[in-house]
Amino acid sequence: MTTTLKHTRYIISQNGITFGAFSLFFGFVLIAVLGNAIAPYDPLASNSAIALQPPTALHWFGTDQLGRDVLSRVIVATRLDLGIAVLAVAMSFVIGSILGTCAGYFGGWTDRIVSRCIDTLMAFPLFVLAMGLVAALGNSIENIIYATAIINLPLYTRVIRSEVLVRREAGFVEAARLTGNGDWRIMARHLFPNVLPVMMVHLSLNMGWAILNAAGLSFIGLGVQPPTAEWGIMVAEGATYIVSGEWWLALFPGAVLMLAVFCFNLLGDGLRDLIDPRMRT
Amino acid sequence: MARYSTGKIVGRRILGAIPSVIGVVIVTFLLTRSLPGDPAAFFAGPAATAEAIEEIRQNLGLDKSLPEQFLIYIGELFRGDLGVSLTTGQTVLYDLLTRLPASLELTLAALVFAIALALPLGILAATRPNSWIDHGVRLLATAGVSLPTFFTGLFLIYVLYYLWGIVPAPLGRLDILNSPPPQITGFYLIDSLLIGDLGLFWAAAAQLFLPAVTLGLFALAPLARVTRASMLGMLSSDFIRTARASGLPPRQVLFGYAFRNAMLPVVTTLGVVFSFLLGANILVEKVFAWPGIGSYAVEALVASDYAPIQGFILTMALLYVVLNLLIDLLYVVIDPRAGVES
Amino acid sequence: MLAVENLSVEFRTRSGVVKALEAVGFTIQPGETVGIVGESGSGKSVMAFTLLGVLDRAGQVTAGRALFQTDSVAVDLLKEPESSLRQLRGKELSMIFQNPRTALNPIRRVGRQIADVLRCHTDLPEADLRSKALDMLASVRIPDPDKRFDAYPYELSGGLCQRIMIALALACSPHLLIADEPTTGLDVTTQATVMNLIKDLAEQRQMATILITHDLALAAEYCDRIVVMHAGHVVESAPTRSLFTHPRHPYTAKLIAATPEPHKSFAELIPIGGNLPDLKAADLPPCRFSYRCDYFEPSVCNQTPLSREFLSPQHQVACWKPL
Ligand SMILES: Nc1ncnc2c1ncn2[C@@H]1O[C@H](COP(=O)(O)OP(=O)(O)OP(=O)(O)O)[C@@H](O)[C@H]1O
Ligand SMILES: [Mg+2]
Repeated sequence: MTTTLKHTRYIISQNGITFGAFSLFFGFVLIAVLGNAIAPYDPLASNSAIALQPPTALHWFGTDQLGRDVLSRVIVATRLDLGIAVLAVAMSFVIGSILGTCAGYFGGWTDRIVSRCIDTLMAFPLFVLAMGLVAALGNSIENIIYATAIINLPLYTRVIRSEVLVRREAGFVEAARLTGNGDWRIMARHLFPNVLPVMMVHLSLNMGWAILNAAGLSFIGLGVQPPTAEWGIMVAEGATYIVSGEWWLALFPGAVLMLAVFCFNLLGDGLRDLIDPRMRT
Repeated sequence: MARYSTGKIVGRRILGAIPSVIGVVIVTFLLTRSLPGDPAAFFAGPAATAEAIEEIRQNLGLDKSLPEQFLIYIGELFRGDLGVSLTTGQTVLYDLLTRLPASLELTLAALVFAIALALPLGILAATRPNSWIDHGVRLLATAGVSLPTFFTGLFLIYVLYYLWGIVPAPLGRLDILNSPPPQITGFYLIDSLLIGDLGLFWAAAAQLFLPAVTLGLFALAPLARVTRASMLGMLSSDFIRTARASGLPPRQVLFGYAFRNAMLPVVTTLGVVFSFLLGANILVEKVFAWPGIGSYAVEALVASDYAPIQGFILTMALLYVVLNLLIDLLYVVIDPRAGVES
Repeated sequence: MLAVENLSVEFRTRSGVVKALEAVGFTIQPGETVGIVGESGSGKSVMAFTLLGVLDRAGQVTAGRALFQTDSVAVDLLKEPESSLRQLRGKELSMIFQNPRTALNPIRRVGRQIADVLRCHTDLPEADLRSKALDMLASVRIPDPDKRFDAYPYELSGGLCQRIMIALALACSPHLLIADEPTTGLDVTTQATVMNLIKDLAEQRQMATILITHDLALAAEYCDRIVVMHAGHVVESAPTRSLFTHPRHPYTAKLIAATPEPHKSFAELIPIGGNLPDLKAADLPPCRFSYRCDYFEPSVCNQTPLSREFLSPQHQVACWKPL
């Protein structure tokens, strides 16, 4: 344990970037939790008198075409965007873990069926599949979450399956079996905890990707509907005004979206270093 | 262990893609049937009468059992019948075929841009570990995958079009002053050259530039990252040491020996990159009003016109299967070991 | 022909500086075969890489000279610029690498790899490269060279890969050959074939050979002189005969006692206790064998610098209390 701690300290001291990403991450979490409470204005209150104002001291991020405060909307959207991503990733993590562990542990038919299903999902360009799923399931926020979860499923299932395969025949599984542990117990108590560290890296990298996907879906008009504040929609609404020079409508939500994704990706890279310096690329 | 003739290997790979195609068709079929509410009502469109819906229900065979419906669906696919678009009034197949070249041209241009930049960057970074260029490439690799394509596109439009005015308005494949070249390949860049109209070529290239760069930036990051990592691995491998110890010239060691081997993981990554590209394509087409199949699908989505969306998803999936097959074959060409069943 | 003096090499790694070689020295004459023996990790390969200038990026030569002299050249291998070293490598001095499977380019036909070397060191026309490469394959007694020319390394057995490696190293008739464990992983008959092959070629061409191995018996059979390495030090170097009859360094003595021979029973073999010291440690003792030595005496053995005494013109030992 102490060596892990020492290694963590080493990584953080060596790598200011990872430390920065951690701080940024907590910043985002804080904003998502506080939400409305720290927004300077009501994100939905429109006021045509101040429509399309560039950033001022009163409205740091300017106002949109309906005179709503862009900063407030960006702040309030944090909870929704991160929430969608967290739920989607959590769902695919849980289901993918179960499928992957079973496939890797039992092998045979279980493995073949699971792998075939996963391969079929992978035969689609993933964003296109998500789009089709939302179109088929219906245009709602829940369905965005389901679709994002489904397109992430292959990643988790595959990674966990191969990690479990490697460890299945390793000594400690045999030992656990000999001391009278059942299959499920071995999977839950012995196999799964061992693959968890590797999964943390994927979780973090995947969060960024899930955020991008959800925002992309709402950008093309799926899922979240106006006037709800959401980064993708705000960029879509601002897109119209870019060519006439009103940049702040799209820039601020877009930049914050980018920052959030970047933060998770940096965090993933940092975790990768932490868990296994050799995996570093 | 035996090596097979190239023809045999290619045949095997093509056969290997068939399960994917079947899977894709089944999933698309299931998506069709799980549309919320009544599929017939959706196919008929919002303004249809009850009789029209009933007629469509029978035409579609929606009163039959699921397996029967599936057979009917397969039959329709073989006849190329993907339904009719309500918004354009044309068959979906016609719409997709006329719009596909635009999407392909954009995607390929983006891919070329990404590869042309990513490979040299990756190699440079790998040959100078811990230099500023190495750190730059690593940062780029992380930043690049964090870019929301639609946002990068808008940002580039604002700077290059609105502020500097060095690119034409982001409104499709050609500005209004030019009329499209006659359809030969459907790629404006190639067609305009084929008819020898250089002015048209430049006009088309100018329109293509920004969307292709936007899309390419997204694909650049994973490619540069993998190139760097696999080049690093190769450069410290035993056979590179042998090559250097035999006095081979640095160029040959770097490109003939290390790079060719390092290409293998890069080619594998192309699969993921295409998945990214085809997805991001939709967003970029919307941002740049690019008349490809992505914006076609988005328009249909807005109008709740479902036949085009299904046609689009099927097309994209089949395209992706074909691309993966090509990647597989490219791999076989580079790596002699790939054709071996042991 | 080659005189290595006071050679020191360090690796700068994330977890510290590895002092892989320290004050290593030996010489070799034309036509002579010198064996370098020592257990795994003693720095034999690192020394070979250093002489060829193909160390990993982390490796650095901190001191020393390696004077290389033939009829046509006389240079210090450690000072030469990369571009002129390149002219020497593969042509004047070349190397057979430890693991032939990974040491060959996996996706290039083996014949072409040999042709590549010929192309950059000779001015044979392109058409003759193939026939010359085929000659080389035949000379290392590869059956059916015409067919093997077009094979990829993964299609060949370990023994064949080893011979390809030898053909590659000898393609341009070098004056000095460094053979890094050329027989590990081969069965006994193939081992003998490969060794005799190298020996014959060396005799034909008056080639000097540095034979790196941890197999003392093999070295005894083929080498004129033997250099014993331990943890990056040369602990003893002597003509083969006197080394075996009168080992002067405790490590050499133990090494000989641990070597199987026909007349020894298994029980007579005495394993060497302890491990190599950690070469990253900041406080390495002057004599790196002291932790494992039965004769260790702090007051004597911890003097710096370590004594490197010539007991006779041919016999050098790095020990304060030679046997
Ligand atoms: N790239 C490197 N980075 C750090 N240390 C290294 C590196 N290469 C070699 N070393 C160290 O140098 C020492 C000598 O290694 P070397 O490969 O020369 O041993 P060897 O005598 O050839 O052993 P073997 O018989 O197993 O081939 C080892 O302790 C090793 O850890
Ligand atoms: Mg070695």
